[in-house]
Amino acid sequence: MVVGAGPVGLAASIDLALRGVAVVLIDDADRIGEGSRGICWSKRTLEICDRLGVGEKLVAQGVTWKLGKVFHGDDLVFAFDLLPEDGHKMPAFINLQQFQVEKALVDRADELDLVDLRWKNRLIAVEPHNDHVRLTIDTPDGPYSLEADWLIAADGARSSTRDLLGLKFSGVTFEDKFLIADIRMAADFPTERRFWFDPPFHAGQSALMHRQPDNIWRIDLQLGPDADATEEQKPHRVTARLKRMLGDRPFELEWISVYRFNCRRLDRFLHGRVIFIGDAAHQVSPFGARGANSGIQDAENLAWKLAAVLKGEAVPALLGTYETERIQAADENIAHSTRSTDFIAPHSAAERVLRNAVLALAPRAEFARRMINSGRLSMATVYDSALLTPDESPFGGSARLGAPLPDCRVRNVDGSETYVLENIGDGFTVLTFKNGAAAQPAPEGVCRLRIGDDLIDPEGLLARRLDATPGAAYLLRPDHHLCARWRTFDRGKIAAARDRALGKVQ
Amino acid sequence: MTKLITASQFSDPDAAYVALVEARRHLSEAEAAAFDTRLALILANHIGDIDVLKEAIALAKGVK
Repeated sequence: MVVGAGPVGLAASIDLALRGVAVVLIDDADRIGEGSRGICWSKRTLEICDRLGVGEKLVAQGVTWKLGKVFHGDDLVFAFDLLPEDGHKMPAFINLQQFQVEKALVDRADELDLVDLRWKNRLIAVEPHNDHVRLTIDTPDGPYSLEADWLIAADGARSSTRDLLGLKFSGVTFEDKFLIADIRMAADFPTERRFWFDPPFHAGQSALMHRQPDNIWRIDLQLGPDADATEEQKPHRVTARLKRMLGDRPFELEWISVYRFNCRRLDRFLHGRVIFIGDAAHQVSPFGARGANSGIQDAENLAWKLAAVLKGEAVPALLGTYETERIQAADENIAHSTRSTDFIAPHSAAERVLRNAVLALAPRAEFARRMINSGRLSMATVYDSALLTPDESPFGGSARLGAPLPDCRVRNVDGSETYVLENIGDGFTVLTFKNGAAAQPAPEGVCRLRIGDDLIDPEGLLARRLDATPGAAYLLRPDHHLCARWRTFDRGKIAAARDRALGKVQ
Repeated sequence: MTKLITASQFSDPDAAYVALVEARRHLSEAEAAAFDTRLALILANHIGDIDVLKEAIALAKGVK
């Protein structure tokens, strides 16, 4: 049972269903959410969505971007290019309104018999037991109760599950208020993220502008701690602010809200048979695109583990590693987000002097440019986890033990183009590189993908990314994170590493 | 000849910024200025090279 049909709850439900687990997904709304929330979807999120069956659709609908520019006043002080490596199927980032992502995921969930999506179903009581959770759900036709083996709480920052269990967040709330406006405007500005410190049109504050599809632009203006949220949301006031930024260019307001940001999380994500994911478990400021992206990565981390536990392939203790791995990710995201917010919104005059000194030095000193922080954009977490088998010998390349396998353009045997991630299934996979020796079978339950036989790596690009030598073997978890690697294929070691990744070996 | 290194040397520049910003948290502007001066003296002595120090002074002065 999953509560909350936002992108995180939908991703968890679809992933579980694809792994053969029946899911009831409830949401108190009558349809997908409106308005402006997440807009930036990272490469890792898109790779997960591709496995779930909607990745290509999202990329086709979204605006692909990789350039970011940072201005101080009128001057460009820093530009960055996010494209990490060539030959990945998914771009570094796309911008797409959250409701369009939700629409694609709802359509996908509707195709799956194992997802039972129930709108206008509101969770009103949770009664945890040792081996199940008893839930009371209110509907327009009256309440009903339901017994679930597990409850996944994906019900967002204002999680009612969290309130019903009386759980509290630890962390900080930032004093500064920010105006977020989506506007419709025909403009030929380049497709790049633009961030201003102290721009002439919004003196003393910061501003962010981001392109979305269909001539929609996201504008984010810092208002300071003393702003009056009600007053600042009045359309005439927003229009006046935006005119200072955009000049006489015509635009229509699509969405306005005023936010204060939180960087905080639950102390534990696992409460017996209730598991928190996404904003229900942790919150960050939007600088860095770490909210919805980390939530979808929570969903993927949990889905394969819960499915393995339900099928008896792993012991329930495996779920404890959902908590440790995703708390590691949440803490990284909170740290990055806190640092960005500290830079963008200094707490005091003394801190502002330091921030402005970095900006002033930036045009003349590279070290200062590297300290400018308008949001460090979301990257997948490299898990430091007991589920990994430590390397016996050193490996270079861009692959990291505990990180998702880096994608790479390769060829099918018939010469057609494909990507390595498209060829990896939902279970454990061992990726091997040809060395001329007779192929040994993989352990039971582990899928084998042979580079050189099943897929061709004509330019050796994948081999370079993995620092592969002939005969090398790489074990991937069901979430495509690399959990062990060897210079030679050893069936016993692969089986032991798989068992370890299922939490069977401590 | 230039001896001053302006290329980034920290493996995690954000962590260096956090250390500097947290050191001045809750200080007034005057207290922060006094703190910065002590810090500049300590680092200048650590570098221990008058040419580097003069180049650094010129860079800091040359910025508005």
